Amino acid sequence: MFRNQYDSDVTVWSPQGRLHQVEYAMEAVKLGSATVSLKNATHAVLIALKRASSELAAYQKKIIPIDNHVGVTISGLTADARILSRYMRQECLNYKYSLDTLMPVSRLISYLGNKMQVCTQRYDRRPYGVGLLVAGYDEQGPHIYQTCPSANYFDCKAMAIGARSQSARTYLEKHLSEFPEASVEETVKHGLRALRDTLANEVELTTKNVSIGLVGKGQQFKILDENETAAYLAMIAGEERRSGYTGPEVPPPSRDEAGDQDPSRDPLPSVAMETE
Amino acid sequence: MFSTYDTFSAPSFWQNGPSPGVIYNFPGSQTGNSHLFQHSQAPVTTATSIVAITFNKGVLIAGDMLGSYGSLARFRNCPRIMKVNDNVILGAGGDYADFQYVKDFIDQKVIDEQCLDDGFIMKPKSLYCWLTRIMYNRRSKFDPFWNNFVVGGLQDGEPFLGTIDKLGTSYEDKTICTGYGAYMATPLLRDAMDKNPNPTEQEARDLVNRCMEVLYYRDARSFPKYQLAVITADGVSIEGPLEVKQNWNLAHMIH
Amino acid sequence: MSSIGTGYDLSASQFSPDGRVFQVEYAVKAVENSGTVIALKGKDGVVFAVEKLVTSKLYEPGANRRIFNIDSHVGMIDSHVGMAVSGLIADARQIVEIARREAANYRAQYNVCIPLKYLNDRVSMYMHAYTLYSAVRPYGCSVILSSYDNVDGPQMYMIDPSGVSYGYYGCAIGKAKQSAKTEIEKLKLTNMSTKDLVKEAARIVYLVHDELKDKNFELELSWVCADSKGRHEKVPELVYAEAEKSAKQAMEADSDSDTEDM
Repeated sequence: MFRNQYDSDVTVWSPQGRLHQVEYAMEAVKLGSATVSLKNATHAVLIALKRASSELAAYQKKIIPIDNHVGVTISGLTADARILSRYMRQECLNYKYSLDTLMPVSRLISYLGNKMQVCTQRYDRRPYGVGLLVAGYDEQGPHIYQTCPSANYFDCKAMAIGARSQSARTYLEKHLSEFPEASVEETVKHGLRALRDTLANEVELTTKNVSIGLVGKGQQFKILDENETAAYLAMIAGEERRSGYTGPEVPPPSRDEAGDQDPSRDPLPSVAMETE
Repeated sequence: MFSTYDTFSAPSFWQNGPSPGVIYNFPGSQTGNSHLFQHSQAPVTTATSIVAITFNKGVLIAGDMLGSYGSLARFRNCPRIMKVNDNVILGAGGDYADFQYVKDFIDQKVIDEQCLDDGFIMKPKSLYCWLTRIMYNRRSKFDPFWNNFVVGGLQDGEPFLGTIDKLGTSYEDKTICTGYGAYMATPLLRDAMDKNPNPTEQEARDLVNRCMEVLYYRDARSFPKYQLAVITADGVSIEGPLEVKQNWNLAHMIH
Repeated sequence: MSSIGTGYDLSASQFSPDGRVFQVEYAVKAVENSGTVIALKGKDGVVFAVEKLVTSKLYEPGANRRIFNIDSHVGMIDSHVGMAVSGLIADARQIVEIARREAANYRAQYNVCIPLKYLNDRVSMYMHAYTLYSAVRPYGCSVILSSYDNVDGPQMYMIDPSGVSYGYYGCAIGKAKQSAKTEIEKLKLTNMSTKDLVKEAARIVYLVHDELKDKNFELELSWVCADSKGRHEKVPELVYAEAEKSAKQAMEADSDSDTEDM
């Protein structure tokens, strides 16, 4: 098979003006389990699907608190996410230390974007193989940002990333106009439904595999405990599942690490890096 | 925080490698004794008191325009009250060069924020906190900026007034005087505030003008020409040079 | 490009046998995949217009701006500098950072705004440095710098990923730069007022936008001119609305005449 000779390093441009190494890193985001984020007029919500690598293992944490007003949910390489979240925590602390106010979310994200970009331009680095959904609340209200390994970031009304997240995005796009008016409870329910759409038919959302994070007006960022999660799950339990996952049955990768990939899989990115 | 502007250097291409726009020095060729320097031990050209007071709708800060060289009234046109942005005003006493140096950084900080254009604007508490960090950091290196700063402004609509000295000590109050004024004017202001805790702008102005007059008579490093900054929800205005009303009739011995 | 794939095009620090540095040319390709950016210099100002492609309904409007402020003034007669970018936005933001640092550094040294000619020199040197080593890749973006002041009038420069830069009366980068340039060449730029430039720039962006390939886009408009007191800023909402309206009208008139031809 013809081998792509322009995909060996992040420092190599392809003749079409693409960076294949960066695009491959974008693929790593799709290996993580799905995670959803959306906001209403006052609150931003993170909803993540957790995986356990085996029967004997605990479910891998998917939501990371950053500061009182910011939290992230991750998809991709967990270890990379820990580096990025440590950086974000540091920046928030420094900002609070020197200026005695919470860091505006947009500024935090632009710092992060600049940090991530450096890794896409140097021979001695690789891009961060993780996508983040950042939920935050500041003077300008609730925010949701999506960040990519390409160091692009997007200010979103709602977003879903990770394995089979297209179904969740479809749900979110369909209900987009309802979010601004929705109550916090409704918003969480929308998020859960969106997340449920990414699941294979036989899988259910449970208090074990769902994690919910919340931040907003008068509400510091918090991850809901099992009881609170159960209460929200009960609210959507009776509903009939809609679209569901209808694509070809691809077994999800069992772990959050890219090292577990099938070695026979040829690196053929299905989506070009977004240059917008 | 300060060094980023002093020496421009982009991140290097690789470890210990050259960076764009910088001449590459081979490792081990470093010379000189740049680690030795003298700490600041005394101010040179100095400015005296700052008088500041909050009123029902904003904050007033006043300071004269003299730059003293020791006891010599050397420079007679040294403005030392600045508008930081539409939210914040700043007054400074002490070493005038240090003030100018810090002022340039604050100006650049404001420009950086204007460039971001993200709808956030620095509030007085933030500048107050930032200056506290700067001042404490420098004093901990035994190399303080020899200043007293007074930060005034509107914090989410409420009048804010705070001060930082060269040791990094900082506090907020409804009336603040630094330098010689801390001894001479503070009692006047506190007395007035006890009687009328929430003065109008005009009452505050009269009070500050009175303090500037008293200070001119009593403080040998003061000057009759001064500036008065007012910040309210309508914005910032820096007035002056204003004149202290002088009456030397009582000094009959020198006639 | 017959030498593509012969192995001489894998590093920025390598020439091909016919004397080209392919990696730089490929980086230019990245810019040509991006939304079109147009800059016009008239008699008393410079106008930027950006076709910002929006790839999802889920994104907030107004995000990921492609027009930046580089320097701004505190004094009375300082000028402002603006920058519009095309290509990889993440790369471009680094250039923005560098340009801001250069401007700040210059101000710290001389207490005046950096002259645009000098800033352009510094930034293009910086971008060029990334075309010299195999350890880094060239930037995947082009940037346009603009400023206005009473002494030098309007000024504009464009910098390539190669680090080459020129001053321009009008220029276009990105996807539809060819057709945009053709349109720009029809204008008598040196006589035009900034208000007219805004309209023309908006019209050209709408004209060259490819509805089939890229469905949604946002129009970004900024200016730095005598009217804005030398300040680089988004054009006021009224001016924006007017320019967008007349651009859309021009499009409709255009498509009407097309159908008549048939």
